[in-house]
Amino acid sequence: MVKGAMPKPMDQDRVNHRLELLDMTKTQSSLGAVSRVKRVVKLLTALAASVVSTHALADWSALNMTKGVTEISRQVYDLHMLIFTICVVIGVVVFGIMIWSMLVHRKSLGAEPASFSHSTKLEYAWTIIPIFILIGMAVPATSTLRDMYDASEADIDIEVRGYQWKWQYRYLNDDPTQEVKFMSALLTPPDEYYNRTPKREHYLADVDNPLVIPINKKVRFLVTSNDVIHSWWVPDFAVKKDAIPGFVHEAWAKVEEPGIYRGKCTELCGKDHGFMPIVVKAVEQEEYEAWLAMKQQEALEVYETVGKTWTMAELMETGEKVYAQHCQTCHQANGEGIPPAFPSLVGQGLAIGPIDPHIDIVVNGKAGSAMQAFAAQLNPAEIAAVVTYERNAWGNDVGDLVQPREVNALVSGEE
Amino acid sequence: MSAVIENHHDDHHHGPDKGLMRWVLTTNHKDIGTLYLWFSFMMFLVGGCMALVIRAELFQPGLQLVVPEFFNQMTTMHGLIMVFGAVMPAFVGLANWLVPMMIGAPDMALPRMNNYSFWILPFAFGMLLSTLFMEGGAPNFGWTFYAPLSTEYAPPSVTFFIFAVHLMGISSIMGSINVIVTILNLRAPGMRLMDMPLFVWTWLITAYLLIAVMPVLAGVVTMMLMDIHFGTAFFNAGGGGDPVLFQHVFWFFGHPEVYIMILPAFGIVSAIIPTFARKKLFGYDSMVYATASIAFLSFIVWAHHMFTVGMPIAGELYFMYATMLIAVPTGVKVFNWVATMWQGSMTFETPMLFAIAFVILFTIGGLSGLMLAIVPADFQYHDTYFVVAHFHYVLVPGSIFSIMAAAYYWLPKWTGNMYDETLGKTHFWLSFVGVNVTFFPQHFIGLAGMPRRYPDYALQFADWNMVSSVGAFLFGFSQLLFLFIVIKCIRGGKQATDEVWDGAEGLEWTVESPAPYHTFSTPPALPERSLA
Ligand code: HEM
Ligand SMILES: [Cu+2]
Repeated sequence: MVKGAMPKPMDQDRVNHRLELLDMTKTQSSLGAVSRVKRVVKLLTALAASVVSTHALADWSALNMTKGVTEISRQVYDLHMLIFTICVVIGVVVFGIMIWSMLVHRKSLGAEPASFSHSTKLEYAWTIIPIFILIGMAVPATSTLRDMYDASEADIDIEVRGYQWKWQYRYLNDDPTQEVKFMSALLTPPDEYYNRTPKREHYLADVDNPLVIPINKKVRFLVTSNDVIHSWWVPDFAVKKDAIPGFVHEAWAKVEEPGIYRGKCTELCGKDHGFMPIVVKAVEQEEYEAWLAMKQQEALEVYETVGKTWTMAELMETGEKVYAQHCQTCHQANGEGIPPAFPSLVGQGLAIGPIDPHIDIVVNGKAGSAMQAFAAQLNPAEIAAVVTYERNAWGNDVGDLVQPREVNALVSGEE
Repeated sequence: MSAVIENHHDDHHHGPDKGLMRWVLTTNHKDIGTLYLWFSFMMFLVGGCMALVIRAELFQPGLQLVVPEFFNQMTTMHGLIMVFGAVMPAFVGLANWLVPMMIGAPDMALPRMNNYSFWILPFAFGMLLSTLFMEGGAPNFGWTFYAPLSTEYAPPSVTFFIFAVHLMGISSIMGSINVIVTILNLRAPGMRLMDMPLFVWTWLITAYLLIAVMPVLAGVVTMMLMDIHFGTAFFNAGGGGDPVLFQHVFWFFGHPEVYIMILPAFGIVSAIIPTFARKKLFGYDSMVYATASIAFLSFIVWAHHMFTVGMPIAGELYFMYATMLIAVPTGVKVFNWVATMWQGSMTFETPMLFAIAFVILFTIGGLSGLMLAIVPADFQYHDTYFVVAHFHYVLVPGSIFSIMAAAYYWLPKWTGNMYDETLGKTHFWLSFVGVNVTFFPQHFIGLAGMPRRYPDYALQFADWNMVSSVGAFLFGFSQLLFLFIVIKCIRGGKQATDEVWDGAEGLEWTVESPAPYHTFSTPPALPERSLA
């Protein structure tokens, strides 16, 4: 199960049956291919059995669209089930007639071909009846869509900004010093997806800094992008909005149950499209307020750290962390990159040249390449640290360092 | 046509040239049809290998075989090659072989241009494939190549991709002009439009679609080229452009394009089912009107691919209603096929098996299409494996099955030999099982939340991905059996009669088997007003 919400009460028999299935679906990372094949076979038999059993539909929930945790997402689920059921009925009728015909109207059974080749009445019927079925589908679809587009005043505004390959969340606030803003990136280490260490729970579905929102409040997401098109999808909210550079699109959610809701990027955005998940933590109002206050405090502290003079050791320590979080996907842990798209930083280029161009490329990025402008995502202390780190790691040993305040001057001087 | 006055097609007129130059210089519609079909099959295998790379990587969670950069190149090239290299040329090949024979024409109207249309293709695809070996790799932005991923952020090979797309477009446009001119001018005397076999009708309409939308595709890639090399900013928000404009222009081409890949299939199935049901096609007129309405509607529904780009609600509603409407003529077709089977006297040779599987599985794809048209639900389905399942159901057991049905159905006419029925049926059942094992679970993977174009996935998707991969390998390797059957049939086999199938109707069955190099040098006398 993706989220922590409890299943609705149902009779014990069903629960057990369902748990069994879930248990089989749950993957333990240590399983090898062979045992997984066995499990697949088991799962297939279990499913086949459950199809014939009476409460088949309940057991499909792990394979079906989520009901989600908002009024809207439930409406969408119901709409999906309605349309799906209509389609299944149409399919059963049409295929039933075909199969009947195939069994009965065979030459081998001595069937003689009939000679009719049209029937105006029938043809009218099967043009007009479908139109009515379609109208029956369009009515609930239209009303659900109108509810989804309800643009009435929201309680909280959060900007969601796509980056190659992470998300930035910004809690809009009239007072700029109160504005909380942070990046949210994949937590799963490369060792797990390159199969060097076992895959843990929430493989590829966990982030370092989840988005936190309060329950029972209407939250407005303002979705946009910094580079290519991404798409911000949280199935439990039935929210999927493309993040497009140059546009800001709105989506809303009013979450009813506290929990952790996981989503994904759904528009191809380059190499790590599959590696920029979304995690939203919905909490009670008080918890939310406490969290926000803490974040605001943190922001203030960062602001202050920019003023102090850092030692080389401090810069290197912070720099290593920042590098792992933001630079490593392209330039790799050993700094050697994946040339030519992602150049090596070791023993060549800007990392061992004069310091100013080095700071510049980190702050402003390089147009036409995957190297982005980090000024928007990293604070001056982080930029100073990572530049210092790159100049002195992997045997580069240039020996110089840069202070956050110098970076700050550069960044704010430009704005 | 009065230019040709021999009485016998084979007495003194020349046959094919000898050697390789026969194929390079040929202007004969049958030779060119053969070239198209072989080319398409080769591309089908190349694109298929790419699909198998994708499915092998997705067999288990984790990155085992390829890195994400290369994975993206595989999905992109797979899509491009299957759409432009396998499905479209196969239909053009069938049109070349069959349209003149079905309407009693001696050849295509513009034979020299026919030769050019084909010979452009190897260069176009050679160029496209060569990008795999270029620095920075092949195109990696998906077959829908959304800007700015395909412009500002594209690998350098994008320029070659653009040039290749231009070449394919030129080839398609020339091919369609040829089809239209042939059908409108070279029909046997007395054959009215409403006497034409449905395959001819569907191709006529498809050719108009092609002429209408290939220039739009050329336009959109030219705008990309300008953005990349000449400093314009059509799609660059930073320069005042609009990335969403790209999608509108692309899908204005793209939606009719998907119908380009299915209308000729409708024509094929409408030829095969009556033959093996030994009964006339039900509702010929409504088939023609349904095809025409689908073609018309296909121009006004494009933004159903873009429900999540943030259109105003009025736009969403309009595109939802318009898309739902397509289900009506599509339904009419399916009902007509079922009514054709009803009270027939059916036998189930390989072409019929493929045709019936087409009707059933295409309908499943149509029904999932209807689900996708419902905007609120599409927000959940969009860009997940549910969409992947949808379009593979309409394209693989849809378009591709129809092409295979056509190959089995007309092979005896082309080669003069019957194919091996037992092997054909084996091929059918392997493909049928393979396709369903591959694509049916993808509906559920998608509903459960797995996005498309992901090289790796969260653990709850593991089991069904494994099933899907197994199916893909089964389907893929079964196609080698198809290759074997075709070669075997070319090299020998039971001699086919002229009529080949006992219920077959149409002019192509009136010429001998194998069809001589030149047919209908003298226009045939139509047996009666009942060809269709
Ligand atoms: C009743 C008929 C059909 C309807 C209502 C329908 C509807 C749709 C919709 C709404 C989508 C967009 C889904 C999304 O991205 O969220 C879609 C995607 C697609 N459809 Fe259909 N469809 C139908 C038939 C067909 C046919 C006949 C073909 C081709 C032979 C086809 C090929 C495709 C393809 C290739 C895509 C995906 C393109 C991409 O994003 O890569 N569809 N369809
Ligand atoms: Cu479409």
